[in-house]
Amino acid sequence: MDLKDLYRDVILDHNKRPRNFGRLDPPAHSAAGHNPLCGDKLTVYAIMDGDVICDLRFDGTGCAISVASASLMTEAIKGKTRAEAEHLYAAIHDLLTRADAPSPPELGKLAALGGVREFPARVKCASLCWHTLHAALQGAAAPVTTE
Amino acid sequence: MNRATLADPPLDVARLRADFPILAQTINGRPLVYLDNGASSQRPRAVIDAERRYAEEMHANVHRGVHTLSQRATDAFEAARERVRRFINARSIREVVFTRGTTESINLVANSFLRPRLKPGDEILISWLEHHANIVPWQMACEATGAVLKVAPINRQGELDLDAFQALLSDRTKLVATAHVSNALGTVMPVREIVTLAHARGVPVLLDGAQAVPHFALDMQALDCDFYAFSGHKLYGPDGIGVLYGRESLLEAMPPWQGGGDMILSVSFTGTTYNQLPFKFEAGTPHMSGAVGLAAAIDYVDGIGLGRIAAWERMLLDYASERLSAIDGLTVIGTAKDKASLVSFVLDGVHPHDIGTILDQQGVAIRTGHHCAMPAIEFFGVPATARASFAFYNTREEIDVLVDAVTAARDMFR
Repeated sequence: MDLKDLYRDVILDHNKRPRNFGRLDPPAHSAAGHNPLCGDKLTVYAIMDGDVICDLRFDGTGCAISVASASLMTEAIKGKTRAEAEHLYAAIHDLLTRADAPSPPELGKLAALGGVREFPARVKCASLCWHTLHAALQGAAAPVTTE
Repeated sequence: MNRATLADPPLDVARLRADFPILAQTINGRPLVYLDNGASSQRPRAVIDAERRYAEEMHANVHRGVHTLSQRATDAFEAARERVRRFINARSIREVVFTRGTTESINLVANSFLRPRLKPGDEILISWLEHHANIVPWQMACEATGAVLKVAPINRQGELDLDAFQALLSDRTKLVATAHVSNALGTVMPVREIVTLAHARGVPVLLDGAQAVPHFALDMQALDCDFYAFSGHKLYGPDGIGVLYGRESLLEAMPPWQGGGDMILSVSFTGTTYNQLPFKFEAGTPHMSGAVGLAAAIDYVDGIGLGRIAAWERMLLDYASERLSAIDGLTVIGTAKDKASLVSFVLDGVHPHDIGTILDQQGVAIRTGHHCAMPAIEFFGVPATARASFAFYNTREEIDVLVDAVTAARDMFR
């Protein structure tokens, strides 16, 4: 395991300068996610135009992996349809958990999260925002937790 | 309390480290630097051997059979209880209840002592820096009875505001429950003053000693608290075994908490006669090998001497505080005048979780997060901290490794 594999430059950059950081007021969809083990708390806000996620933001506090993952997610998802978002959600899940997972080209910069797989204690950090996005799109009311 | 004097001979740490098999390994290619003793300490060979010897030569169920092994197991288990009694200077073994750990000890008091006495509007007084195990059982008792949880504030150093504590004591206060040492901040609480102030108003006191027991010699009769809870696994002993000390007159008046075997004298369908102390509170087959291991841990610690341990740990705390504080961007959380040997800290621009991962790659094990003390951590306006907690087997060289790794983490995120 190499730390530079976990903390790749793109991760460090998105941690330091998170994109699409901030809140969106209703009627934006939102959901809160919480990782009780480390205290990470994120809220994801999405504005839908029909089936298209036309704006996506997040706020909260977390470690570099969770903040960078959320930042990268907002960049990747903005402008995508609900179905495309769910497809990426599944691809990210595979990337984070399956050693033999292919890294499909549509992941783009998200492939930088591939190093997290070697650090099992940190997988929840990277996946929190994705579960939270999923909940926001589903309109789930209860906060998402990684536990 | 119980600070060592200069007359105490220094520890031969290299020799003591050899007693701990787990320390002699590499983690991620580096020598293990174990600085998570506040979460759980490691076991010396003497404890491991005692548990194994119990399993190989003595195991049967206690307090039951007439056969030789059962008697041997009972003797070992009860000898362990007497060893604990002597260690904490309780008046009698009737005041020493074996539990699964600090948490279960506190829950026993919450359920058996407190709940039957609580009426709506009654109060339980705790402090802001408590571990969740010394918050949630009282909240549950409040929810069930309509009682109210009162919280005494702390200052920016992480010390109890004793005046505010005194002001919060009232005729409605039915119990005071505080840590002896804060697990998140390291603060040594003014427990003598707490006990004196509470008793002056006739209020019983429970002390959560989980973080104190590895560092100080304890004397229940001098301390004069009513309940004291601690765990074996923070005292170089096994996990799954702990102790509730209780003042005999209070324990005597309390109903049993859990029912089952071992806690009865006779059972019929018209009624049951409960066993005497301490067995009334030990329903079911106890953790016998755990108790034997705990007694071995106490022997081991006493063999070194808690005074010498305290002196070494004080040196480690001072050195770590000085070196960590010198790191640009690092802030120590919890700067009480009287501290046990742990340092909680945050680092500008680096989340504690990332510090934890980076340190682990250097073989350094620390705790990161809220340390099961969310109110205490949030009081300082941070979501989490990194915590290095020291034992007598740690060295200055290990603190150097810690400091280098923290510095590397800071540089990585610049």
